[in-house]
Amino acid sequence: MQVEYLSALNVVLGVLARFWPVWIALALVMGASFGYKKKLGLYGQLFDSGVGIVGVGICLFWLFTAIFASTISPFDPLAQVPIMKDALPGAIEPASKLVYYFGGDKLARDVFSRMVYGSQIVLIIAPAATGFALMVGITLGLPAGYYGGRIDTVLSFLANLVLAFPVILLFYLLVTPGIMDTPIPYAMAGLFFLFPIIFFSVLFWTRYKNRPDRLYILLGLTLVLGGWIYAGLVFDADPFKIIHIDPNQLNIFVAVVFASSPGVFRIVRGLVMDIKTRDYVAAAQTRGESPWYIMLWEILPNARGPLIVDACLRIGYTTILLGTLGYFGLGLAPESPDWGTAIKDASRLLRSFIHPALPPTIALMSFVLGLNLLADSLREQSMKD
Amino acid sequence: MLSFVIRRLGTMALTMLCLTMIVFFLVNLGPNLKKLAISQTEMHTSAEQLEAWLVNHGYRQNFFVRYGQWLGIMPKQPVTDPATGKPAQRFSFCNDPVVPTFSGILQGDFGCSTKFKTTVASKLFPALSATGILMLCVLAVMVPISLLVGILAGMREGSRTDRTLSVASIASTATPEYVSGVIFTVIFASWLGVLNGSAASASQGITFYNFTLPVMTLAIYGIGYIARMTRASMVEVMTQQYIRTARLKGLSFGSVVIKHALRNALIAPFTVIMLQFPWLLTGVVIVEVMFRYQGFGYTLVEAAGNNDIDLLLGCSLVSVFIVLITQLISDVGYAFLNPRIRVQ
Repeated sequence: MQVEYLSALNVVLGVLARFWPVWIALALVMGASFGYKKKLGLYGQLFDSGVGIVGVGICLFWLFTAIFASTISPFDPLAQVPIMKDALPGAIEPASKLVYYFGGDKLARDVFSRMVYGSQIVLIIAPAATGFALMVGITLGLPAGYYGGRIDTVLSFLANLVLAFPVILLFYLLVTPGIMDTPIPYAMAGLFFLFPIIFFSVLFWTRYKNRPDRLYILLGLTLVLGGWIYAGLVFDADPFKIIHIDPNQLNIFVAVVFASSPGVFRIVRGLVMDIKTRDYVAAAQTRGESPWYIMLWEILPNARGPLIVDACLRIGYTTILLGTLGYFGLGLAPESPDWGTAIKDASRLLRSFIHPALPPTIALMSFVLGLNLLADSLREQSMKD
Repeated sequence: MLSFVIRRLGTMALTMLCLTMIVFFLVNLGPNLKKLAISQTEMHTSAEQLEAWLVNHGYRQNFFVRYGQWLGIMPKQPVTDPATGKPAQRFSFCNDPVVPTFSGILQGDFGCSTKFKTTVASKLFPALSATGILMLCVLAVMVPISLLVGILAGMREGSRTDRTLSVASIASTATPEYVSGVIFTVIFASWLGVLNGSAASASQGITFYNFTLPVMTLAIYGIGYIARMTRASMVEVMTQQYIRTARLKGLSFGSVVIKHALRNALIAPFTVIMLQFPWLLTGVVIVEVMFRYQGFGYTLVEAAGNNDIDLLLGCSLVSVFIVLITQLISDVGYAFLNPRIRVQ
C-alpha cells in the first residue's frame, strides 16, 4: 500500500481547520473581553496593549486546545498505525483517509494528536502545582515576614536549603520509580495538600469569627470539599471515585510543588516585610485585630499585584520543569504524550527525522512565551496605577 | 565585613551538612539500595544473595555510622571476605583500606564510584574541568551580549529598540535548553549542516564546529533574563537627577550613557549573573546529555540513573557548593560595588 501525501499548503489549511472549536471559542472570549474591557478591571486593561492581547490570546489558545483536545485531534495519541512509521507531514492514513498532519513518530503515532493531547497534561499539572505552591508559600511566608525573629530564621533556612538544590538533582532524587515504594511521596503530598485547607480555614475564621451564621457554612464547606479532595489525592480513597491521581503523577506533582514553593515563600516574605510598615497595618493593629487577620485581610490583598505576575511567570516555569522531567524520562509514563517526553523521544533521532521534534518544542515554547508576555503586560499595567 | 563573611560561611557549612544528609538518606532508601545491588551482582541473583551483598559491603550499617564514615568522622571498616574470613578491600578498584581508617570528605576522600569502577575523585574532577571550559565559553558569550542588549533597551525606555529587544528577551527566557537545543540542531546541523549536533568529540579537542551548539543553547536561556534585569536597572538609572544634570550640562547622550549611567546600571546585573549559576547548572545537565559532552552534568545523570551513591553525593556536594559560594560572592560583591550598602 502506498501512502499518499497532502501538499504543504493543504497541511497548513488542514491544521487550521482542525482547530475550529478553538477559533470559535477564542473569537467569543476575546470579542466579549474586548467589548467589556472597561468593566473587567486588571484583566480588561490587558487589552490595551499589543503584548497583552498576544499573551492572553496564546494562553487562551492552549487552554481551549486542552479542553477540546478530543475534537481537534484526528487520532488517539497512543494509537499506532504501522504503515505510518516515520511518515512525513501530510501523510494520509490509507484506512480512515484521515491525515497525519505533522507526520508520524518512530512508533507510528500521529505527532499532531500527541501535541494536542500533550497540552492537557501540561495545562492540568502546571497551574494546579503552581496553585499549591502559592498556597504553601503564602501560608508560610506571611508569618515569616510578619513576625520575623525565630520563625523567619527557621523557615528561611529551610527555604534556602531547598533552593540550594539544583532542580535537576532534586528531581532525580525525588522522582524515581523506587521512591514510590516508600511512603515519602505520600507523606509529602499529605503535608502539601494540607496547606490549602489550613489557608482557607484560617481565612474564614479570622474574618467571620463573630458571625457564626456565615462562619459555619464557609468552614464546613472548606472542610468537606478540602477533606474530600484530600482523601482522593493523598489516600486515593475518594468515596465517589471521581478524584483520582496516578501514583507517578502524584509523585511529579509533589516534586514540582516542593521545588517551586520556596520561591513563592521568598517573594511573599519580602512583600510582607515591605507592607507591614504601612499605616493601614498600624491602624489595624491599633484596632486590636489578630495577627492572622492582618496578614490575610490587610496585607495579602495589597500584595496581590506582584503575586499575580509571579503566578503567571511561575506557571510558565512549572511548564518548563515538567518538560525537563519528561526530557529526562522521570515520572511520566514513557508513552505519555506530554511535550517533554515527546521532545526527548524526537531529539534522539534528529539526524534522521526532524518533523516529530518541532511540534512539541514549538508548542512548549509558545505556551511559556504567552505566559511571559501576559506577566509582562500585567506588570506594566499594575505599575501604571 | 569579616564577621559577616564568617557567619555566612558558617551557615553555608550547616546547609551543606543538612543537604548532604538529605541526599544520603534518599540514595540509601530500600528500593535504591536494591537497584544498586542488582546492578553490582551478576544476573539472576536471588533476594538473599542481594541482601548478603549489601550486608557484606557495609550498606546495612546504621545510617548515622555510614554518614559519619562518608563524612570522615567515623572510621571506614573493611569488609570480610566470605571465602577466607579475613578483612578485605570493600571495592578492589578503589584501593579501599583493609584496616579501619578515617577516610571521608574531611580527609579529601570522595569515595568510590560503583558505576565507573574507579574513585569518585578521578571521575568527578576531569568532568568538572570539562564543564568549567563549557561554562567559561558560555559566560564569555552570554555576559557581553546580554549586557549590551539590556543597555541598548534601557537607554531610551519605550522606544522601538526597547520594545523589540524586550520582546526578544522575553522570547529567550521562554525557551528552555531542551527546546532551543532541538531548534538549533535542526537549523544548524540538519538543514544548514554547518555545525556538529554532537559535542562528544569535544573531549579530545574543542573546535568551533563541535562546541558552538552547546554554548549557544546554554547561553540563550540566560541572555534574556540578564538582559531584562540590566534593562530594568538601566531604566531606573536613566531617570536619576544626575543624568539629567549631565544632559543639561551639554554632554552628548552617548557620553552620558557611557560615563555616567553604565557604572551605576551594572551593579544589579552583577548580582543576577552570579545568581544565574544555579540555573546554569541545570542547563549544563540538559545540554551535556543532549550533546553528549562528557562533563559534570553527564556524570550526574549517570550517577543518578545507576544510584552510584558516592558519585552522586560528590556531585551534590559540588553543585550545592557552587550555588552557595556564588550567593556569597554576589552579596559581598554587591557591597563592594555599591558603597551605599553596608553589610551587618
